[in-house]
Amino acid sequence: MPFISNTPQQQQQMLGEIGLTMDGLFADIPTELMCKSFNLPAGLSEQQVRNCLAELAGKNSTDLICFLGGGFYDHFIPAAVYSIISRSEFYTSYTPYQPEISQGTLQAIYEYQSIICRLTDMEAANASLYDGGTAMYEAMMMALRITGRNKVIIDDSVNPIYRVMIHSYTRNLKIELEQTHNEDGLANRRQILEKIDDKTAAVIVQNPNFFGCIDDFTDIANAAHEKGTLLIVSCYPISLGILKTPGSMGADIVTGEGQSLGMPMSFGGPYLGFMATKMKYVRKMPGRIVGETKDRFGRRAYVLTLQAREQHIRRDKATSNICSNEALCALTAFVYLSLLGKEGLKQTAQLCADKASYAYQRLTAIPGVRPHFKAKWVFNEFVFDLPKEAADVIAKLIEKGFAAGFPLSRYYKGMENSMLICVTEKRTKQEIGMLAEALESIL
Amino acid sequence: MPSDVPTTINIKKELLRQKTAELPELSELDAVRHFTELSRRNFGVDTNFYPLGSCTMKYNPKVCERIASYPGFTHLHPLLPQLGMGGMLTQGALQVLYETDSLLREITGMAGFTMQPMAGAHGELTGIMIMAAYHRDKGNKKTTVLVPDSAHGTNPASAAIAGYKVVSIPSNEKGVMDIKALKQAVNSETAGIMLTCPNTIGLFEPDIKEICALIHSVDGLTYYDGANLNAIVGKARPGDFGFDIVHLNLHKTFATPHGGGGPGAGPVGVKEKLLDYLPVSIVVKRNDGTYALEYDRPKSIGYIAPFYGNFAVILRAYVYILMLGKEGLKRVAENAVLNANYIRVKLKKYYSLPYNNLCKHECVFSVSEKMLQNGVHAIDIAKALMDRGFHPPTVYFPAIVKEAMMIEPTETESKETLDAFIETMMEIAKQAETEPEKLKSAPTTTPVSRPDEVAAAKNLNIACL
Repeated sequence: MPFISNTPQQQQQMLGEIGLTMDGLFADIPTELMCKSFNLPAGLSEQQVRNCLAELAGKNSTDLICFLGGGFYDHFIPAAVYSIISRSEFYTSYTPYQPEISQGTLQAIYEYQSIICRLTDMEAANASLYDGGTAMYEAMMMALRITGRNKVIIDDSVNPIYRVMIHSYTRNLKIELEQTHNEDGLANRRQILEKIDDKTAAVIVQNPNFFGCIDDFTDIANAAHEKGTLLIVSCYPISLGILKTPGSMGADIVTGEGQSLGMPMSFGGPYLGFMATKMKYVRKMPGRIVGETKDRFGRRAYVLTLQAREQHIRRDKATSNICSNEALCALTAFVYLSLLGKEGLKQTAQLCADKASYAYQRLTAIPGVRPHFKAKWVFNEFVFDLPKEAADVIAKLIEKGFAAGFPLSRYYKGMENSMLICVTEKRTKQEIGMLAEALESIL
Repeated sequence: MPSDVPTTINIKKELLRQKTAELPELSELDAVRHFTELSRRNFGVDTNFYPLGSCTMKYNPKVCERIASYPGFTHLHPLLPQLGMGGMLTQGALQVLYETDSLLREITGMAGFTMQPMAGAHGELTGIMIMAAYHRDKGNKKTTVLVPDSAHGTNPASAAIAGYKVVSIPSNEKGVMDIKALKQAVNSETAGIMLTCPNTIGLFEPDIKEICALIHSVDGLTYYDGANLNAIVGKARPGDFGFDIVHLNLHKTFATPHGGGGPGAGPVGVKEKLLDYLPVSIVVKRNDGTYALEYDRPKSIGYIAPFYGNFAVILRAYVYILMLGKEGLKRVAENAVLNANYIRVKLKKYYSLPYNNLCKHECVFSVSEKMLQNGVHAIDIAKALMDRGFHPPTVYFPAIVKEAMMIEPTETESKETLDAFIETMMEIAKQAETEPEKLKSAPTTTPVSRPDEVAAAKNLNIACL
């Protein structure tokens, strides 16, 4: 049998030595509770299963030129990333409860926490959460714990995928969730400032936002802090190669989706939720945290720390129910950033911005195609309007070989003719030109 | 990489970062060496026997890794199904999700699954949200969730985060649920119970059917924590026991790698009456044999993940199930239980065994009175094992056993490995009597030894800035 070490003879020998039979091993399960049905197919060989899955992989359209973003990005991944995270000392280990034999994972997480702090200009990061959406939800819950309040304001320029997740998670809880409506593509100051009061735990905004627009939330941070309200900023880590950091805007909690840091898109996961905060809030932060200390010989050592916040100690009083983190994904992000380095990340971010602005000019030069927002500054995504329904245009562009963008009508009323397009550093001038020609030909 | 486009717009200065982020500046070789060196400071299943109880550290087949790296899967953008064409751009991936769902239904005896939860604890939260949606829909006023005292800490934490009050049910002298205490705790306020079976002592709950009936008698729901499914897969099914909601840990029973603490996957299965509450979206099969995502689910608890769950993890589990098939999965439970009982019987003379019953996938020992008198604790045994090349068992859990050592060998370990482990444990037991001070100073062969955890929490250093 695949992956079972002992032969039937060895199994019998072991049973003999302990005076049991194979059936006897299950004698404690009442007969009436044994499987009523177990109709599974017969096992396949490795060769069969590889053929079968290669065929399924072939049924996915991965040859489309990808201008699709929406918070999940087709970035270039250096070969060394995969090579390092494929070391089975990393991927076949578990949560580092025993520090002596987990220093590799622990140090990597400590270094990951450090690099997330440096990217975001924050003081304390955790070992990671499931994804950008659950990280935002956890940040919101953390703000409720810190402030003891129950009202949260979220602007609709925040990724709608995260907003619907937060809506699901808060349904059984007494939380007042108020949404503001973006003003020309940026978080709506007027509405946000009006809504902040002494019951408000947090304001949630995103940069660059779902429309790709770049913002500076310093004014919102100041207004929030005046009322004792926290500012939660979700951000796109690649953009932090060049963009103003949430820390310097005055954010209290920073979260985001880390997929862009070396993880393939893999149809939705596994991804990486990152979270960072100010040191004064660290004890209210959910998730694993690694700290540096000394061992009994005075050597530098890393351990899981502040575990008194966690479910295995606090049970129903814990800061979160989360048990694991996304350790291998955090390692991936850290390896990716180490390979790119200081200049590499800056260049990648600049390439994204340059290519997007080139595409912006190229596409909006097509008769009938207009930018949707007046907001001037975009990172690597932008919204434009078409003379007809975006969903139809996108469907036609698929036939021409492009995953050309995302139709915004799915989440925003009145934006039937608008589409969101993303340009990463992987896209070439030639591909952008081909897309422009294809689009022009079908309008 | 040089740019092939001109810089046409300069983002205004106020929106840019003032100081470049301080990232490492290394050659690729130096980075590779750094990480290779780090990897050598870890024990993994591939390097050492890893009998960490409750975690099911079985072998992770390499073919699953290979298949998860096929570009046909890795290059697939999760928003593609939303670009129209009814999911036709991602038929292969949707088929993987649909078929994994079907296989898990048959394995557990449930009516349908969501593949979205990204870990076991996430599955628990999803399950409790489904429970809450059911009661809300029926107009039930329910406030409490019952959880045995031997449960994983995630159970009470998940129930609390979903808005319920948690009531702990004690275990009896046999290490299983005290049914009398349960009867006293069950009332009209009971939303449901969360149960792990076999439980964390490794024992099958003998009153499981009665427990389910009792909860159902007040229109409560029964939740099966699938953390320990490896013990019964192919032999018995939680759906047949009477459970309404089940979560599985694909990274335990279905052999996907633990990754140093994630990513995992925690699909949730439900009975017929709860199907409407499953998260949006679910994969359905059309009459023409193609697959589609169903979004129109008015009673659903909503979106709990951005897309369809940790797809690449689900894919690995799918491959594993296809390879093992019907007979292979039955052999999993048989050998997991055989290996655990082999260790239990062989070591019971050397360590205290508070519940000396037939166990399932794991057995829980404690240090003997004599060892305690010599000042030897479970943590010392754990550290001594490291020097001898073994990952320690789970220690100090479950809390109902003092000085607990929870050993789960899994089915993928050979008799040879088990014998070596047993002999080592015997040798350590002897040393606990003759040279206890040596155990107190273990480990000596690891890169560090007994780091100061109190100092770590007190003088907090969690980032190098």
